[in-house]
Amino acid sequence: FRIMAGKVKWVTDIEKSVLINNFEKRGWIQVAENEDWNFYWMSVQTIRNVFSVETGYRLSDDQIVNHFPNHYELTRKDLMVKNIKRYRKELEKEGSPLAEKDENGKYIYLDFVPVTFMLPADYNLFVEEFRKNPSSTWIMKPCGKAQGKGIFLINKLSQIKKWSRDSKTSSFVSQSSKEAYVISLYINNPLLIGGKKFDLRLYVLVSTYRPLRCYMYKLGFCRFCTVKYTPSTSELDNMFVHLTNVAIQKHGDDYNHIHGGKWTVSNLRLYLESTRGKEVTNKLFDEIHWIIVQSLKAVAPVMNNDKHCFECYGYDIIIDDKLKPWLIEVNASPSLTSSTANDRILKYNLINDTLNIAVPNGEIPDCKWNKSPPKEVLGNYEVLYDEEMAQSDVPDRDLRSRSGQSIGIKGNRARDSGKPILTTWK
Amino acid sequence: AMLDPDSGLSLTIARIVQRLKGSSLHSQLERQARVSLHKPEIKLESLKEDVKDFLKTSGWEKKLQNAVYSELNVFPSPCHPAAPPEHMKEPLAYMRKAQGSWEKRILKSLNSMCTELSIPLAQKRPVSEQKELLNKWNEMGTDEPDLSLFRPVYAPKDFLEVLMNLRNPNYENGEQPSFRNHLGLIQVPLKVKDIPELKEDFSELGLNIGQLGIDDSAQVPPEFFENEHVRVGQKVLAEQDSAAAQQYVRQGCPTALRADLWALILNISNQPEDILYYDQLKSNVIQHDLLVDSLIYKDVKLTASNDDYYFVFEDYLYQVLLCFSRDTSVLEHFTYSSATPPKSYIRGKLGMEEYAVFYPPNVNYNSFILSVAPLCFLYHEPSKLYQIFREMYVRFFFRLHSISSHPSGIVSLCLLFETLLQTHLPQLFYHLREIGAQPLRISFKWMVRAFSGYLATDQLLLLWDRILGYNSLEILAVLAAAVFAFRAVNLMEVTSLAAAEAVLADLSTLKVMPLLQIFLFATVT
Repeated sequence: FRIMAGKVKWVTDIEKSVLINNFEKRGWIQVAENEDWNFYWMSVQTIRNVFSVETGYRLSDDQIVNHFPNHYELTRKDLMVKNIKRYRKELEKEGSPLAEKDENGKYIYLDFVPVTFMLPADYNLFVEEFRKNPSSTWIMKPCGKAQGKGIFLINKLSQIKKWSRDSKTSSFVSQSSKEAYVISLYINNPLLIGGKKFDLRLYVLVSTYRPLRCYMYKLGFCRFCTVKYTPSTSELDNMFVHLTNVAIQKHGDDYNHIHGGKWTVSNLRLYLESTRGKEVTNKLFDEIHWIIVQSLKAVAPVMNNDKHCFECYGYDIIIDDKLKPWLIEVNASPSLTSSTANDRILKYNLINDTLNIAVPNGEIPDCKWNKSPPKEVLGNYEVLYDEEMAQSDVPDRDLRSRSGQSIGIKGNRARDSGKPILTTWK
Repeated sequence: AMLDPDSGLSLTIARIVQRLKGSSLHSQLERQARVSLHKPEIKLESLKEDVKDFLKTSGWEKKLQNAVYSELNVFPSPCHPAAPPEHMKEPLAYMRKAQGSWEKRILKSLNSMCTELSIPLAQKRPVSEQKELLNKWNEMGTDEPDLSLFRPVYAPKDFLEVLMNLRNPNYENGEQPSFRNHLGLIQVPLKVKDIPELKEDFSELGLNIGQLGIDDSAQVPPEFFENEHVRVGQKVLAEQDSAAAQQYVRQGCPTALRADLWALILNISNQPEDILYYDQLKSNVIQHDLLVDSLIYKDVKLTASNDDYYFVFEDYLYQVLLCFSRDTSVLEHFTYSSATPPKSYIRGKLGMEEYAVFYPPNVNYNSFILSVAPLCFLYHEPSKLYQIFREMYVRFFFRLHSISSHPSGIVSLCLLFETLLQTHLPQLFYHLREIGAQPLRISFKWMVRAFSGYLATDQLLLLWDRILGYNSLEILAVLAAAVFAFRAVNLMEVTSLAAAEAVLADLSTLKVMPLLQIFLFATVT
């Protein structure tokens, strides 16, 4: 029995028009944080406070927030890798066909994150790996930062002497999460279009982790570097060549404010189908969906599946020149800043569709609802994976869109049947 | 005098033989024939027949067929054997004259720009500059030369003004406007088709025939049309038959097959000698600096670099267009174009043909740019991209920039557009005219650019499928009229040209095939 008492009261720490316009258009009422609220679009700082042991408080049934308490299990670079490695080992231990390896010891289906180490903790392991391929390039990323801040490339061990635990020249680097870095094998053969490197930004909405229910936004985009890509070592310092973050590219000389260096995913699809063929393009997009779902499954067991929470992630994916997608990172607070007019429209619609799913009918929420919105409200979202649906014996809910993407995958049947999941993926 | 069909045919045959003689296909055929002599199945008694059979089974006959077909497509049927060569360019004297004046104007403008800026039309590059250009050949987009002093040679509306002022001196219109008079901007009495004729010509676009762009949408199960169509397309490609391909693409190309199908229709196979030719052009670019290079550069910056779809390919555009300006093989097409390109020589090499450069009629490059850019979605190998573009230019796009009476020429397209609108949407036409918003003023820029830069890329490619399929640009005029028909309700409510422009500003959400189909086949006429 729900108490219908008027309009939804909202609060936000993030003063962005794409958010506020969406709240206002629903006739919701803005309130302050210390008042009674129903919907709070929080920054990651705030969510930490709400769920912290010292400063936290209980949320009531009619309150919804836009982050999971420990989202960082997915959105911190080091924890994401840790969870995926753990997940793979678990599957291997239980003999799952998903964890199958090839003759070189590489996972066939689960090798979607570039080789990564934590620094300084795994420094020695890293050195061992580095020496196997001394001409390779690695990318150093601070664990806790975003927008491309603090990232640099190295191709010589001397460039990261600071992180060596044995180094006499450095003072012992504190283990605090601020200083920690991850170092990953740099993908130096990205797929180039027009000679330029790009990455994919895809939005994924998770309404619950157990059972896993997630949606993929159909209107993702590619972010192009403004400068021609070159793997040449002399350009390792040129961030305009290597980092696709708009925050970085925006300051390049050639940054264009009309298109913002962005392409829609459907453009990408058209280009790939025209130049590479339909089968490999379909396969690529299927793999992209696959790696997103696997990453969510990897963190699902450790996620605090608080019923007051939903989350819209920004997935960053790079495609290499063999058309293999790599998961680079997941963002808990994807940028809501608009760099172009098209961008503004896209983000506005993104939030609109997100709210339609997370807050049914735009009414005061009841966090005990089953989180199963009807198909009509999905807007530009498509069901990516619905664990409940997959595990029941409902006939195949394969939403095969015209573009050949198949979403709404059957799921883990393979675990029981022993068949590799990819055959049921389509 | 009517040309006797037999002598017309033998003229055509003679001309095709003439053109293919000495071509690389010719030498390959000879080589193949010679090689076949060693084969056991070739017998001396039946030598001719056996060699012919061999050429057939090995696919060489098909290649020859494709080449002949290509020639037929590109070159118009010859007129009377006694007609002077100008008639092949353009039979109507007043049109030739108008094109001549237009060209003079362009050349004058170019020359004055040269004088103003103290830059020669063409000169050799110093060696250091050559090296530099070679190094950044793949990323010319990052250059920032000072182009502020270069201005476009003309704007589309200047060209439209010229077309509007065309008059046939032999045709007396009379001062009194009557219902028979054409109320549009084009005032020359060219023959254009009406809807019944268009329906016949474009019969494959009919309501009961499957189309890509309509019958492959998400709601339609692929078994109904799409799967079979793809299967047929693959078969056409396997057979390597140009004529079959041209027929096939009238119903649209599957995305994955389009690049190959277009290449087959245009008879482009990217042989080693083609790649070599492209490399030669490239070295011409490196060695010589042309004034138009700066114009090209500026135009790319203004158009493609700002386009949501095309910005990615900016660097390819420079490569293709800079080579194109130096490609004198394009001059061949001028025998059937009303245009006569201004020719210039590298400074100091006056009269030496190997140092000649020509200026294509559309020195304003943004139409070029927009016709190259969509091709970048299909071809990423520069020499192939170049050849496809060049072939598209000499078959189709040149007609959009020169004054002629050809049914696919821009004058006819404009007239066709206005006539369709005036005949089938008279109320709308009259209303727009009354408020000072002559429809052609808005649709001209769409047609002159073959809709590139206005439609979403996938829709544009579907439209160009039909240009290739029907070997005609008339579909551009039909689409332009269909767009007006589609937005007629909103257009009836506007009261100014600016407001009309606003209604028609954004075509990026349009689906072209339904629009065409409805306009041609489902509108009550």
